[in-house]
Order: sequence, then structure tokens, then C-alpha cells
Amino acid sequence: MARSPDPTDAAVGVDELFTDEKAPGERAGRRSKQRNAQRHRQGFFRTIVQILGELLITAGVVLLLFIAWELWWTNIDANNAQQHAISAFAKEFQGPVAPVNSGAEPKDFGPPVVMADIDSPGKVFGVVYIPRFGATYSRPLVDGVAREQLDTLGLGRYATSTMPGGIGNFAVAGHRQTHGAVLDAIDSLVPGDKIYVQTKDGYYTYVFRNNQIVLPTRADVLLPVPTEAGAVPTERFMTMTSCNPRFGSEERIIAYSLLESWQPASAGPPAAIAAQVAANSSKG
Amino acid sequence: MYGWIFRHLPGPLWFRIVTAVLFIAVAILVLMQFVFPWLSQFNPLNDSTIGGNATP
Repeated sequence: MARSPDPTDAAVGVDELFTDEKAPGERAGRRSKQRNAQRHRQGFFRTIVQILGELLITAGVVLLLFIAWELWWTNIDANNAQQHAISAFAKEFQGPVAPVNSGAEPKDFGPPVVMADIDSPGKVFGVVYIPRFGATYSRPLVDGVAREQLDTLGLGRYATSTMPGGIGNFAVAGHRQTHGAVLDAIDSLVPGDKIYVQTKDGYYTYVFRNNQIVLPTRADVLLPVPTEAGAVPTERFMTMTSCNPRFGSEERIIAYSLLESWQPASAGPPAAIAAQVAANSSKG
Repeated sequence: MYGWIFRHLPGPLWFRIVTAVLFIAVAILVLMQFVFPWLSQFNPLNDSTIGGNATP
């Protein structure tokens, strides 16, 4: 129990609460008579202190509830919304969900097809698979990084960045904690880890290169060649940004990846994520 | 305060307990649906973007 400046006041308040709820009916009558007499003896000041104490306890309980809501409930809420978004995307997706001629040498499908910039915040236009974060890790890719998008729909694409597979920097943001915690494990990526991005056109395989921890003002990580102002891009980057440290936001953690390969939707998903692609489409 | 409210609820004890639980449930629901989402925007833990939304 919280300590109040005058313990007897708090004790009276709490006792009243408990006796009201727990005392059997007939005893309650006698008790309430006693209590009324006691209340008359109480001064105005005591009543004020008592109300203040109860309000403070209430404020404490509400704050605890808020923490529970933020750290626990928002994840349940966002995971549901993201599951629905992925199912909806999988329903519209045209193409086989099993690898076509797996086992054969990886084919070269030429330069990747890049979607036209959709520029419609809130639209889910892809799914991101990162096996390092778990075999079933798949999160929707939504356009925009405003609170409305990131809080419910997973990974948001910075509107100023390119589309997946494009020359330049394809940049996404995601929550480290709360609202699905889509990038909670971002620090566990190991150079060489694959990041798969699925859009209506096909599958883009990025390979994680390195991460960097920067201050929140370092917008140059989103440049077409990250952190190099004015450079003309020739490579296809993917940049993920999230909070750092966990349960804090003094810094940002940035994960850079480079496009390794591309395959059209008609070629089916890469073998590594085929099971999850199929699972997502069957849930729809 | 809560004691006073509880004593002024109508009906027998079991009914007052049910009413009180209902009140608490409604309060939690309102908090979760409206108050917490609003409060959440002031929580710096939720900033995962770089340099705000209008940056190049």
C-alpha cells in the first residue's frame, strides 16, 4: 500500500472499502451505524485528505493500467490488425505460393521490376519476411511512417524513399516495442541474413550488411546512398529504422541491407520463406 | 470517496457489488479505447522514425 502522510487516514479509507464489500449483510448495518458516528467526528480536513488519497491511489492504478496497455495490449491489437492485413494482401496476390522448379540453379530474372511509387499512406503493398526474427515472421509493408500506419500496420515505408528493388534507398520504419514490436530483434541480425520483401510483382531478397546507432536527427541515413549527401546511387539499398535502446528512444538503430536477387511472382517464393508464404495465403 | 459512492448505490449488497464491478469495467474500457491511445502520442518510446516525417 502507498504510504500517506497520515497513516490513520489512509487506513480508515481502505478499511471502509473492504468492509463494504466483504461484510455479510446483517453485520453491514451495525458497521455502517458505527461508521456514521465516526464520520461525524471526522473533520472537514480529514475528508479532504481521504478523498485526495483515494484520487492519488486511483492515479497510480491508472498509470499501471496504461503501462500494461502500452507494453502488452497494443501488441495484441497490432498483431491482429497485421494478421488481417497480411491475409488481405495474400488474397489479392497473383502467383504460385510454392517454389516453381526448386532445386534447380537459381535463375537470373534480370533487373528487378520496381512498382510505381504508390504514394497512398495507409495502403498495404507488401509483406516482409525475416527468417532471423523467427520462421513465421511476416509483417505487412505499409506506405507511410505516420503514427496511424506504424501503430497498427507494421513496417512503414518512408514516402521519400524508393519502392522495393529500386536503385537508391528503400527505407522502412518499425516499432521496437509496443504496437506489434515489429523490429524488436533488429539488433540480432547478422551480416548475410536475408530479408525478403514480397510485393504484387514478386520477391526481392535483400542481404543484411551492417547496422548503425545514430541520433534521432540523423535523417541522412535515408538518403539514396545512406549518409552520403549528393552521391548518385548505383546500388539498391534497404534501410530499416527503429528505436534504440529497447524501452527507450534516445537513439535510433539503423539496419542496412543490399539487394541480392529478385524473382517475379510467377517464379514462386524463395524456398526459405515458401512455407510462410503458403501459410499466409491459406489463412486468408 | 469510493466508500461514499458504494454506500449510495441502490439495491442489496450483491447488486451494489455487481454495479461497482460494472462501473470499473466501463472505466477501464473508456481508458483503453480513448484515453490511452491519446496519451500514447506523448510517449517517446513510440518514436521509431528518423528526423520526423517531413525530412528528405
